[in-house]
Order: sequence, then structure tokens, then C-alpha cells
Amino acid sequence: MFTVQEKKVTEKTLCYHCGDPCEDDAIHFANKSFCCAGCKAVFEILEDNGLLAYYQLENKPGNTVKPVDSDKFSYLDNELILERLLDFSSERVQKVSFLIPSIHCSSCIWLLENLSRLHPGVSHSVVNFIKKTATITFDPHRISLRRLVELLDRMGYPPSISLETGERKKENQYTKRLSMKIGLAAFCFGNVMLLSFPEYLGLTGETGEFGEFFSYLNIFLALPVLLYSASDYFISAWKGLREYFINIDVPIALGMITLFSRSVYEIAFQVGPGYLDSFTGFVFFLLVGKWFQGKTYQSLSFERDYKSYFPLAVTRVGNNSRVSVPIEQLRVGDVIEIRNQEIIPADGLLVSEQANLDYSFVTGEANSVPVNKGKTVYAGGRQVGEKILLKIKKKTDQSYLTELWNGDSFKKATTGQYKHLVDRVSQYFTLIVLLVAISAAAYWYFQSGGKTWEVFTAVLIVACPCALALSSPFTYGSVVRVLGRNRFYLKSADVVEQLSRIDHIVFDKTGTITQNEGSGVVYHGVKLTSGLTKRIAVLAENSSHPLSRKVYDFLNEQDGQIPAPRDFREIAGKGISAWIEDDFLKLGSADFVGVEEPGDINVTRVFLSVNGICHGHFEVRSHYRSGMSGLVRRLARQKVPMSILSGDNEGERPHLQKIFPPHTTMSFRQDPQQKMDFVKELQAKRQSVLMAGDGLNDAGALQQSNVGIAVSDDLATFSPACDGILSGDKLTLLDKFLKLSSTANGVVIVSFVISLLYNLIGVSFAVSGLLTPIFAAILMPLSSISVVLFTTLSIKLVSVNLRLS
Amino acid sequence: MSVIFVLILVSMVVAGLFLGAFFWAVRSGQYDDTYTPSVRMLFEAPTEEKSSEDKEEKKDQSPSK
Repeated sequence: MFTVQEKKVTEKTLCYHCGDPCEDDAIHFANKSFCCAGCKAVFEILEDNGLLAYYQLENKPGNTVKPVDSDKFSYLDNELILERLLDFSSERVQKVSFLIPSIHCSSCIWLLENLSRLHPGVSHSVVNFIKKTATITFDPHRISLRRLVELLDRMGYPPSISLETGERKKENQYTKRLSMKIGLAAFCFGNVMLLSFPEYLGLTGETGEFGEFFSYLNIFLALPVLLYSASDYFISAWKGLREYFINIDVPIALGMITLFSRSVYEIAFQVGPGYLDSFTGFVFFLLVGKWFQGKTYQSLSFERDYKSYFPLAVTRVGNNSRVSVPIEQLRVGDVIEIRNQEIIPADGLLVSEQANLDYSFVTGEANSVPVNKGKTVYAGGRQVGEKILLKIKKKTDQSYLTELWNGDSFKKATTGQYKHLVDRVSQYFTLIVLLVAISAAAYWYFQSGGKTWEVFTAVLIVACPCALALSSPFTYGSVVRVLGRNRFYLKSADVVEQLSRIDHIVFDKTGTITQNEGSGVVYHGVKLTSGLTKRIAVLAENSSHPLSRKVYDFLNEQDGQIPAPRDFREIAGKGISAWIEDDFLKLGSADFVGVEEPGDINVTRVFLSVNGICHGHFEVRSHYRSGMSGLVRRLARQKVPMSILSGDNEGERPHLQKIFPPHTTMSFRQDPQQKMDFVKELQAKRQSVLMAGDGLNDAGALQQSNVGIAVSDDLATFSPACDGILSGDKLTLLDKFLKLSSTANGVVIVSFVISLLYNLIGVSFAVSGLLTPIFAAILMPLSSISVVLFTTLSIKLVSVNLRLS
Repeated sequence: MSVIFVLILVSMVVAGLFLGAFFWAVRSGQYDDTYTPSVRMLFEAPTEEKSSEDKEEKKDQSPSK
């Protein structure tokens, strides 16, 4: 008898090393259970080297170890690759930095920093937990880079090796410079404030000699702030003006210059103490806003292209040699070897008998494709099964798919023509301020000549849009933090503003709304005999429909003893039927088999009948992300138009139609170019498009869309270039994310109003010629602080209301 | 009262030194990783265990000489 059972997981024992549930074949060793030989091996290594403290720091800290091919890392013996990977190299010492995505707890830090105890060749290793990197210094005579990587891999910390490191260093330089600018501004601000204090209280000595001394000291302190800390604002304002565009930095720069020059004038001609305290404070607050907005996720990369998806090198097979060569050096005609789970680096002809290629990441096809000898295989596919040999037909950068990604249209920046809300406001703002300043000056010119310049500069000073400029950094910065806590990582705070305008959502199917893993089949009904199971398998094998494939995979029969089916029929959208041996078998939908369909639509059922009698049904568990239909319902209620683009066949159309509202556009068999064109078409209709995709086939569409979100189940793995990376299990919160961003836009507008009110008060004092330094010094921080408080608190309130953590 | 001039200048110099220290700390990368050191310092056995053992051995040897 053969009973069909769901693969059950015994939840009793958890692996001592990695904490995964142990299945029936758990390994018991030293009174501990391990889920696999890999985990046990790591335990043994650690035990032999006296590193068992690893298990005391955190509970079950290890990573599940996947068995790997012994020469997976053989390319690391190649001199050229070595040269590009090493940070530093000399005869006895080499230094390398790896990105190790599996670093996740303090035990990881401890173990990786104690590498020297595992291998004497390692002299020093330092982990950066936030960036998930390990910098390792080692002696190349005692351990080669390849052995080092293999050691890490064996312990469950495989480094992700790619050649994209230059960019990160640049970003690091920027944050360093910003911190120094803030430090300098804070230092000068504090001291200027201190030196200005006697002036506020009128304590400048009997003859005012202190006042003069303090004022000159203030100029001395304010100079570095003007020249160094504030330099970015002048550069940006100048760039804007050269393109005939008044961005927010123009009124800021104008205000700063006026503040500084008027102060210097007042001090030099002993008219007054100047506004240098306001000036330095102003720069300081602005820079803090910039820092708050610039929250970045250092362990994630938003700029990857296909190059980081491909391997660095492959094994070239000669007559009797096997060398590992960097993929740029592959020539047409080379024969290369691709092992199980490896990616094909260039288009080629299959030399081996058969290959089984998974193109899901590059084309979106859900099922792997068998390819026969002599046929073309395309770069980007992943071999599943035995190793295969290929003969290169085209070089990597000229391969069919890479050429598509290399197309100029795929690189087009989308943010170029977009104007920020604050910049659009600032255009009018600047003009109005100038107008007010001139007319006030003109009024005073005719009243009494003396106050003309005083009033003109006072208006420019007090209208300097500090609070205005702080509104969006603090609002969007807070939103980025809230989203980050919900595992939605944005590239920059600008994306929030874009998110708030989205009026069309495009979903990719494979990997985005469906999950690649975790689809399961369960059989319900009369028990199947082993003979019948074989016959069903033969029937299912004859159909290429995804459901048939799933039933076939589930039955797991490869016996070739059953004769081929007779009178095989496939009715599209209904099912398949055939005579096998003496039985007439039908496999398909309820009405095809002739029974009532049960109500629940979230499960797909394949009914089975033998000689006209229904035996039961296979329940194909929906491999849609759980909660997907809820998300779609909520989005539909908000009347957000949605579309589905799939690289896969139409097999899922009926199911998708059940979930999505009736007017949803669904396009199947879309190649990367078509997906991008679809987004472009929507944009031509003045729609703001959000694209959620996962694979390289979406890369173009992600770039083209206003906001491209890469949905990823494992944040450490490759994701295409995008504006944000969203953890797969949080996709169902998308509607809340959108709501939060659009509320954020409202918050920005309200805080604009608040800061304009402050400006209005200030300006009314300025035009009447009553602005004093102490008044400016109080008004400016007051307006800034109230805007900062308002924005951060309201975002917090909104996110609590939306139940976002 | 003119001592105030001297005091102010001295205080500026002292504060300037701290600013310089801050610049040095940023440049030398002390703010690059603000998390790992906080975990590292809590580990029981320091990575330099071997070298500290060496030192103890040397100490033991030195009096006998």
C-alpha cells in the first residue's frame, strides 16, 4: 500500500547548531542533535579548537550549511581575480574584505574574529556587524585565499564575492565629510553663542571693549562655517541657477551671504553686534537635517547590475586540462563546465546530453526548462541537476540577455526631470521674499533714507527658510526609519516623496506575488494504490501544464514500466484524460471530472477520476504569498489601478482573476523589454508607476518606473538595481507604506505653513525696522525646533495609527 | 578685567584641541562601525588570549634568569 502524505516536519528537536527543525534523519552526536552533516561538522571544528563558547553567546546561532562542490571556489586561485579582490598584498601578508551576508548575531562576530584560532595562517580578523563585512589579514604561504574562503564556507559563512566595492568607499567619504562639517558648525555655533551672550544682557564692559573683542572673535569663528560647513549649499545653489532653476538652496545661500556680510559690516563700522550667532546656528541646524535625512542601509546595495549576479569565473575544460578563467576572458569556442546550481555566464551550445535550466530569475518563467544537446542555452540560466558542458557562442557582454540589460534605455535615470516639492515651493518663496525686501526698502527710502539697506537685509535674513528647509528632511527621514523597521529599505529619503504620488501599481508575478518556494501538494480522498499512483504519474507527465507538473513532481514516480497512455487528450483550461492500461483516467477541474467545486478559492484543486468515479483531489496549495488577496482587496478599495506583468505562461490567469479586481491588466510571456515598455506607456499617460519585481527580467521596468521595489525573501541575496528593497513577507503591508508616505506629504505641507507663519512674523518685524540680533537669535531656533518636533511626532503618530512597528 | 582676554583665548585653544580630536576620530574611522565594538568588549575570552599567555610565560622566565 502506498499512502500519500504531506512531508511532515517533526517539531520536537531543533538542530543544536543552526536551530532548524531536525527531520527524521537527524544526526546525534555528543548528546546533541544536528539537522545535517554540515552543522555537525561545524560543531566538530569548533569543539576541536576550543571554540564552544560560540554556543553560549546566543541560542543556536549557526547557519545551516549547504554541502558544496569541492572546486566551487577554484577560481580564487586565479592571479587576476586575486589581484582585484585583495585590499593589500605582500610576500607574507595579504588582506581581504568580504561581505558575509549570513552574519546575524554576536556569536557570528565572536567566531569570525577568532578565525586565527581555527587556522594559524589567519593573523587577524575584524568584523563590521552593520555592514556585514569581515576584514581578514592572513599569510598567503600558510593559507591561500581559496582555502580561506572554503573555510568560511564550511562554517556556514560563505562570503559574497563580487567586484563592486569602489562605490561604497565613496559614500563612506561623504558621510565622514558631513560629520566633520557638523562638528565644525557645532563647535563654532556654541562658541559664538557664548561670546554673544554678554551682548544680549548688555554686559559689554564700561567702554564696550569686550563687545568689540568678542565680535571680532565671532567673525573669526564664523569664517570656517561659511567656507567649509556651508559650502555645499553655495555649490548647489550655483548649479541650480546655472540651469535657470531656483532650488531651495538659492534662498538659503542668499540668506547666509546676507547674514554674514551684514554682520561683518555692523562689526567693522561698530553699528551693532551682528547676527553671527544666528548664522552659525542656522548652518548647524541645516546640516543636522541633512544628516537625519541621509540614513542609509550599509549592508544593502541598490545599484547592482547583472555583473554581480554572474560568477566571477568559470571552469574552462580543455583537452586534458581544467582551468578556472575570469568570465571576461572567455572566448567564443571555449568549452566550459557548469555544475549544479551554477549560473551560465554566456550564451552557448549544449555539449552534454541534457540540461535542466531554471530561467526564473531572468525571464520569470516559473518552471525549469529541459534543453537537449546541440541547443542554445542563454546566459543567466541556472543549471539544476548534473553538471553540464557548454561551448561558448557569444561573449558574456554580447549575450542575448546581457545585451538587453546593457541597452541605453535600461540605464536611464528616472529622477532627472522630477522636481522636489520643496524646490517648487522655493521658487515662489524666493521671488516673494525678494519682492517684499525691495518694496520695504523702497518704502523706507522715501520715508527716511537711513534705514533702506538695514530693512532690505533684515527681510532677507529673517526670511531665510531654515524651518522650510528642515521640513522635508525630518519628515521623510522619519518615514525612512519607520519603513526600515518594517523591513522596507529605501535607497534615499527622496523615494518617500515619489511613493506618495503613486497612482498605478505593477506587480511581477513569479517571485513577487507568488513564492518560488513553499508550494505544496496534498492529496485528499480514497487511498491510492502504488499501481494507480504510477498510472497517474504517467498521465500527468504527458502534460506541460504547471498543475500537471506539480502533481507529477509530488507523486515522485520515475518508473518506466507503465506503457504510454492511449487516446491522450488535453482540453485547455479543463484537464487531461487518457486510457492507461485498463483504466480511463481523468485529471482536471471539478466540472471536467464531474463533481461540485468546494467554495474556498484560495486553493487550487486537481480532481482525479478513475473509470468515471471520482477518487479525490490533489490540493495544490496556493503558492501566492499569504495575505496577498487581502492586500489586493485593500488596494482595490482605495481605487489604485493595478497591473500584472509576468514572464511566465498564462497558466495562472484564472487564479489571478479570482484575486485581482476585474479591470486589472494582465500580460503574460513578457520579456524584459516589453515590461519596461509597459511601464513607459503608463507614464506617458501621466501615471506615477510603482513596480514591484524580483528578478533581472524586471530590472529595466524597475529602473523605468517612478519607484522600483525589489521584493526579496532573503535580503542578503542578489536583487536588481532599485529604489527600495522590501522583504517578501512584508509585501502585504504595501498599502500601509503607501498611506504613510502620502500622509508624510501632508505633514510636509503643514510644516511649510508653520515655517511660513514664523517667517511672516519675522518679516513684519523686519519691514518695520525693528529686527534685533537677539530677536533673530530666538526666532530662528524656535521655528526650526517646532518644525522638527511637529514632523517627527506626527510621523510617529501616523505610523502607530497604521499599526506599523 | 583684562584677564578675560587671556582666559577667552586659552579656552578657545582648549576647545579647538577637542575639535581637532573629533576630526581625527572621524578621519581614522572610529565612527564607521558604532555597533560591533559594543558586542566585542563583552566576549569572555579575548582574541589575544595566546599572546597574553606568551607574556605570562616570559614573566615566569624573567625572574629565573
